[in-house]
Amino acid sequence: MEILLILMLLPPLIGTAMNGILGRRFSQAVVSLVGCGAPGLSMVFALLSAWTYSRSAGQPAPFIHRYFTWIESGNLHVDYALYYDRLTLVMTVTVTVVAFLIHLYSRGYMEHEGGYYRFFTYLNLFLFMMLTLVTAANYPLMFVGWEGVGLCSYLLIGFYFRKKSASDAGKKAFIVTRLGDAGFTVGVALLFWTFGSLNFQQTFANIAPLQVGEMQGVLTAIGILFFLGAVGKSAQIPLYIWLPDAMEGPTPVSALIHAATMVTAGVYLVARSNPVFSHAPQALEVVGVVGCVTAFYAATIALTQNDLKRMLAYSTISQLGYMFIGCGVGVFAAGIFHLMTHAFFKSLLFLASGSVMHALGGELDMRKMGGLRHKMKTTFLTFFIATLAISGVPGLSGFFSKDEILAGAYEGPLGQPWLYWLATLTAGLTAFYMFRGLFLTFFGASRMAPEVERHVHESGSKMTVPLLVLALFSIVAGDVSWPKAFGGSEAFDRYLEPVFKPSEDFLQAYAHRAGPALSSGSLMLFALIFAAVGILVAYWFYLKSTRLPARLAERFPRLYDILIHKYYVDEFYNWLVVKPLRVGSEKILWQRVDVEAIDGVMVNGTGETVVEVGGILRRIQSGNIRSYASWVLLGATLWLVYILWPR
Amino acid sequence: MVPLSHVLALSVTLFVIGAAGFVFRKSIITVFMCIELMLNAVNLAFIGFSRYLGNLDGQLFVFFVIVVAAAEAAVGLAIIIAVYRNRNTLNIEDLDSMKM
Repeated sequence: MEILLILMLLPPLIGTAMNGILGRRFSQAVVSLVGCGAPGLSMVFALLSAWTYSRSAGQPAPFIHRYFTWIESGNLHVDYALYYDRLTLVMTVTVTVVAFLIHLYSRGYMEHEGGYYRFFTYLNLFLFMMLTLVTAANYPLMFVGWEGVGLCSYLLIGFYFRKKSASDAGKKAFIVTRLGDAGFTVGVALLFWTFGSLNFQQTFANIAPLQVGEMQGVLTAIGILFFLGAVGKSAQIPLYIWLPDAMEGPTPVSALIHAATMVTAGVYLVARSNPVFSHAPQALEVVGVVGCVTAFYAATIALTQNDLKRMLAYSTISQLGYMFIGCGVGVFAAGIFHLMTHAFFKSLLFLASGSVMHALGGELDMRKMGGLRHKMKTTFLTFFIATLAISGVPGLSGFFSKDEILAGAYEGPLGQPWLYWLATLTAGLTAFYMFRGLFLTFFGASRMAPEVERHVHESGSKMTVPLLVLALFSIVAGDVSWPKAFGGSEAFDRYLEPVFKPSEDFLQAYAHRAGPALSSGSLMLFALIFAAVGILVAYWFYLKSTRLPARLAERFPRLYDILIHKYYVDEFYNWLVVKPLRVGSEKILWQRVDVEAIDGVMVNGTGETVVEVGGILRRIQSGNIRSYASWVLLGATLWLVYILWPR
Repeated sequence: MVPLSHVLALSVTLFVIGAAGFVFRKSIITVFMCIELMLNAVNLAFIGFSRYLGNLDGQLFVFFVIVVAAAEAAVGLAIIIAVYRNRNTLNIEDLDSMKM
């Protein structure tokens, strides 16, 4: 088992090393073989370790193996140790499967782009870091993965580094997530200070016996600090601003990192730390409320976006919000379930939009698309399936997972009616904007420029095969957990019970019931009604009477303006943070401190002083021996006077 | 018996004359002679102290000084001749090529 885990982790690292060091000399075929072989091997070993773990004797208990001591300093002891339980199993399998498919897709997508080997180097490194993150057995090691994926995200967003907007977006992502990471770091330090240990097993064992309300203060602080890290990584309010810009990266990157895996690391962190959060219900409520507000807020922005990838980015933020609702109301399993299904359908959406972009020569503006469904049948089909899945149409994966979260928002340990209603409304908005995107892109008359239209073609099999596989997963991934209302048993939740059950039970102590009891069937019904309305409105707006949206925008110019400018948040941050920093740096730090104080006084001042003093002193060095002799004489006389002065 | 103070007074007088000549005179020969004068002023002080203290250490030093002065005179005069042949002047103010 421990060897399988290492075998799962190592291939991407070796792939990185091979492509990174020798990739420049390899042919494209070798680079793709190494670049796709590594995640392929990883996936095989992830599945093998899942199988081995499921058959092992101590199965529901986590499997922990210490490989070597990493840090030994005072009473701080950190091992390189891996932690494998059912949550890790779900994460590793999801991550490696999605990653493998996206690597395959990238072969086609990146074929004609420069830096082919560089792309696979970064992508493999990312996979290694992501697997480190989800398999780590202690917070410091998890942090290594956490920062590692952040680094790869930065490198890949700025992949087209000659483009200023891309390199700016990379920096923005790196700096904004760093704000959250600072919180995470402090949280880890606080945890160590409180419990004297950083590995999951011991920390959770220390927390488990605590009574209701015991140590709640410090645990709430830790929880909120952890969540701050999650907010940065998973792009929640107020640190979500980097994710839409991150779409500057190549589309497979958006699919893998900024939809399926890295951005869900925050959800994983909260879910993994569920014992901490179960003793910190206030922190958990913050998680739920932030998640819910973000979900709604990002969905409203997505309504008016015209850039296909940006719309999907806001949709990702919104869906991540759902996952946090799930965690925040105390039904962690639902959050993880949605994480898994979302990984499939959202990466599919991105890859399909990448396929569209590929066909249209880089065009992303939905106003310049339309009518693509006849020309790109496979892409259309898969995009359609993913849209159905994300909109929560029954029978597809998104329906099951979203429904569980919505139900949890109402009935979960910390559920509240308003969370449910806002999330359900968001589900309607989601259906609307996704179908809007679908209709604008694939239906209606073509609005493409003629020279673009001539080039439109279906992508090659390198790209369509991963799309089809992901489409299959998008349909069936939800079937692992049929809801109770349909006579199912919510098998996925039951499967994760060993990880989450104690926390969920514990949280019952804080449960506040409010509002009339609604049966889970009717909860589901409302969500369905909202989704159906969303779809119908989208149909009406964008297929039937296509002039209506423009008239609505004219009718409510203020609202439309706010939405299309994304609530002016970027501008607000610019005004609040970037501009003062810039002005302060330019006017004070640069022109005053650097130019005047450091350059002027210190650097040049030193030189000038030496020159001036030297100018005086050089007059003594006349080269005239007799003047030297006079100085000697004068000195000797003064010395004599000093010696012989009567005291 | 000449008292020590007289000897020292003569020595100081000679030394000051030598030093003043060294600083103010222009001819290199004169300057050179002034150096000899200062050396001998010091010799005189040595002898005076030797007599006063009743041991021979001072007189021993005088021999050293005389030896060094003889060597210096030989080398110094040779340099002066060389300088005169090259520069055609013995005015010390003109010999300032070491100046920056």
